[in-house]
Amino acid sequence: MSTLASPIPPLSSEAPAWQRATEEPAWIRRLLIGIALTFLGLFLVLPLAVVLYGAFEQGLQVWYAAITEPDALAAIRLTLLVVAIVVPLNLVFGVMAAWAIAKFEFRGKSVLITLIDLPFAISPVVVGLIFVILLGSQGWLGPWLAEHDLRIIFAVPGIIIVIAFGTMPFVARELIPLMQQQGKEEEESSLTLGANGWQTFWRVTLPNIKWGVIYGVILCNARAMGEFGAVAIVSGRIRGETNTMPLHIEVLYNEYLFTAAFAVSSLLAGLAIVTIAVKSLVEWRDERQRHPAAA
Amino acid sequence: MSIEIEHINKRYGHFTAVDDVSLSLPEGQLTALLGPSGSGKTTLLRIIAGLEFPDSGRIRFHGEDATDVHVSRRGVGFVFQHYALFKHMTVFDNVAYGLTVKPRRLRPGKAEIRTRVMRLLELVQLDWTANRLPSQLSGGQRQRIALARALAVEPKVLLLDEPFGALDAKVRAELRRWLRRLHDEIHLTSVFVTHDQEEALEVSDRIVVMNQGRVEQEGTPEEVYDHPANPFVFSFLGQVNLFHARVQDGQARIGDLALPTSTPEDQPQGHGLAYVRPHDIEILPDGSAQGALAAVIEGITVVGPTARLELKVAGGKDLIHAELPKSRLRSLGLSRGSDTWVRPLNSRVFMDNGARAS
Amino acid sequence: MTLALRQPSVIPGFGITLGFTLFYLGLILLIPIGAFLLYTAQMSWADFWQAVSHRQVVASYKLSFGASLIAALLNLVFGAIVAWVLVRYRFFGKRVIDALVDLPFAMPTAVAGIALVTLYASTGWVGQYLEILGLRVAYTQLGVVVALTYIGLPFVVRTVQPVLEDLDRELEEASAILGANRLTTLRRVILPALLPALLTGFALAFARALGEYGSVIFIAGNLPFRTEITPLLIVAKAEQYDYPGAAAIGTVMLLAAFVLLLLINALQWWTARYTRR
Repeated sequence: MSTLASPIPPLSSEAPAWQRATEEPAWIRRLLIGIALTFLGLFLVLPLAVVLYGAFEQGLQVWYAAITEPDALAAIRLTLLVVAIVVPLNLVFGVMAAWAIAKFEFRGKSVLITLIDLPFAISPVVVGLIFVILLGSQGWLGPWLAEHDLRIIFAVPGIIIVIAFGTMPFVARELIPLMQQQGKEEEESSLTLGANGWQTFWRVTLPNIKWGVIYGVILCNARAMGEFGAVAIVSGRIRGETNTMPLHIEVLYNEYLFTAAFAVSSLLAGLAIVTIAVKSLVEWRDERQRHPAAA
Repeated sequence: MSIEIEHINKRYGHFTAVDDVSLSLPEGQLTALLGPSGSGKTTLLRIIAGLEFPDSGRIRFHGEDATDVHVSRRGVGFVFQHYALFKHMTVFDNVAYGLTVKPRRLRPGKAEIRTRVMRLLELVQLDWTANRLPSQLSGGQRQRIALARALAVEPKVLLLDEPFGALDAKVRAELRRWLRRLHDEIHLTSVFVTHDQEEALEVSDRIVVMNQGRVEQEGTPEEVYDHPANPFVFSFLGQVNLFHARVQDGQARIGDLALPTSTPEDQPQGHGLAYVRPHDIEILPDGSAQGALAAVIEGITVVGPTARLELKVAGGKDLIHAELPKSRLRSLGLSRGSDTWVRPLNSRVFMDNGARAS
Repeated sequence: MTLALRQPSVIPGFGITLGFTLFYLGLILLIPIGAFLLYTAQMSWADFWQAVSHRQVVASYKLSFGASLIAALLNLVFGAIVAWVLVRYRFFGKRVIDALVDLPFAMPTAVAGIALVTLYASTGWVGQYLEILGLRVAYTQLGVVVALTYIGLPFVVRTVQPVLEDLDRELEEASAILGANRLTTLRRVILPALLPALLTGFALAFARALGEYGSVIFIAGNLPFRTEITPLLIVAKAEQYDYPGAAAIGTVMLLAAFVLLLLINALQWWTARYTRR
């Protein structure tokens, strides 16, 4: 009787408002969010805003005049030419490398993956220097190239080569984990149904990695258009001829033509925004595919 | 089309996945490759399909050597454990795939493909899903689509890797009965891999029991279940109780109980193990019957109509398990702690030479 | 021979894909790097040593390594906070903020460079207020740190984020049930699990900062001995056609990059072991 009469003691009334065991108090949460937003605001939002503000401060017409001025147009044209060559090359390389690495087991695979990462680690300036020394007029192949009237350094081919070097990993790095995660079953399944390798690639593999390819290409494209340090060394900075957009921006800035510099910059900044937008889109699709109910 | 497997070997580094396996799988039958994980059953299935290359040995389809025929020309239907449906294609396109990748001169026309795909979808009772994506189907439905896709190319043999492995218990039971009926309809030589003995016993015409890359026994489900060739097969195909016995003059003795052995009489006498299934343990009200062993009930679990008892035999160390109808338990009036008597009705005795079943 | 190198597979295309991969890597990457190292190796040791140990060069190492280290440390702290906030809390505009973290990765370095110097110059949006506090950023070593922090920002966030997402909440709940408060749980349960990822992100940010050129040169002012980073010295020497001098310093940077890459690989292997649980 007595045991029934004394109930379980009530929870202490001084207990704080109910809080999950794995949550922080509200003030800490607000503080952390505040710190994060301030940091990102200072380092991400303001620089972007300053570019756009500088570009459009004096009106659309000034902006338009700045990007259609002959030297600017020449820089844009050269940049587009370079990416039109480099991006397809690195796309083919990325898909081939990812196929070999994701679908097969072979010795030395991890060494190969490290090699593909190498351009990430090397300073762009060193990349430029490597090719100046190899292909420049005082370089090893210089005399031979001069004999055959081939100009690579301080000319467009040199720019293409160093940008190809610098942006080599982007498509491959995007596709390798994606294809490894997808495994081989769908390809095996396609083969048992009588398809050949080519049919399997186009009809089964490619649709599965499509979005990874798209993001890889866009990122590769953005990095190729924006490549600066390596190009600065090999281009020779001939106005209207071997200046890419970033070099043109540098020239304008050093001549105190800030509005023009920001106008050209705004094009590249826009491209960067498109790039991260595509990345978010790809990730969002991915998430939705993995948890269809959640979205 | 029959499948002949001749002296197949496959190693991965130091691990022997398939160890000199020879089998003949008769035409039109549904064969189960049954074994624990790592027994080499999936590797063997993939070798038959042409998805793996054997280190040595031959695979023949109806006498014709297929060992070096590439998987895309071997004409097998393969159903993957996780279906491997093409995520980006509709159900219809998945099933049509095998037909649309044929070389142009062999490829059926659009209308013909449509008829054949729809007929297959009707066969697997999923014609209403034709325009859906695989992600919109349940596991059991995906498995049936994978089957329809494999059948679309009119394969010579059908191979299924753990076809019900990824499904929950109820769907699993339904789907395997459905597969059995389907097989009776189309009579295609089929092989499926499973680690579930019940599934193998229920569905297949023949069972091949594998362990550590070798074939332990093959035969009809009845043969394998009723006459296990060795302790491994016996214990893999269901629960067993082990009784230590003295083997002498062709008989195994446990106390004053004498059991017949399969051991020829000229075999040396010695220590043996009697294998008895739980449902072959008779529970007796008293010790009057010849060979009855005294035991104490240590635990009773009732699952539906069946009662499972845990007993300790006098003088024994291990618990033994017995199964009997719930009604019989009630009529005997037994409960936990009761003294009772047990007698093995049916047993297999194997000499204890250390090669004990796990 | 090929059989010994790889496991046989029914999937076609091994020869052509690996062949092209190796060909392309060899042509664009390995042969040029090899030739470059050979070029340096032909220098006499005395010349090499003189080039790499000149006072101006040593001052630039100190700045490059020091500023990269400080920038990577800043990114370690703030990157961890950003990752935590993005994974654990809900707030308005989170998706956009999350996407923006990659901006320094996609933004051309020259654009970042002129944006940062404009922002932090003594007349700039931020610089004018820092000026009041007595802080000068543009054309000082602090400016170098700011630029290197900018370009290294995504790395810590992006390596820590997935690990944090994978981190089992039950671990923290278990810790709480066992009587630990939030701070103890953070110190004893969460941080150890994040450590490999934090270090990987730190090393990636450091490696990226060390070689950076475009975003720094505008804000640094490039005063010899004070705000001159090593990559700038390489460019300056190359522009004066002092290729041996440039190559010697470039080789030092290249070797530093190799060491960092190996370190990062080891760290990533360690991270992968943690995430697999």
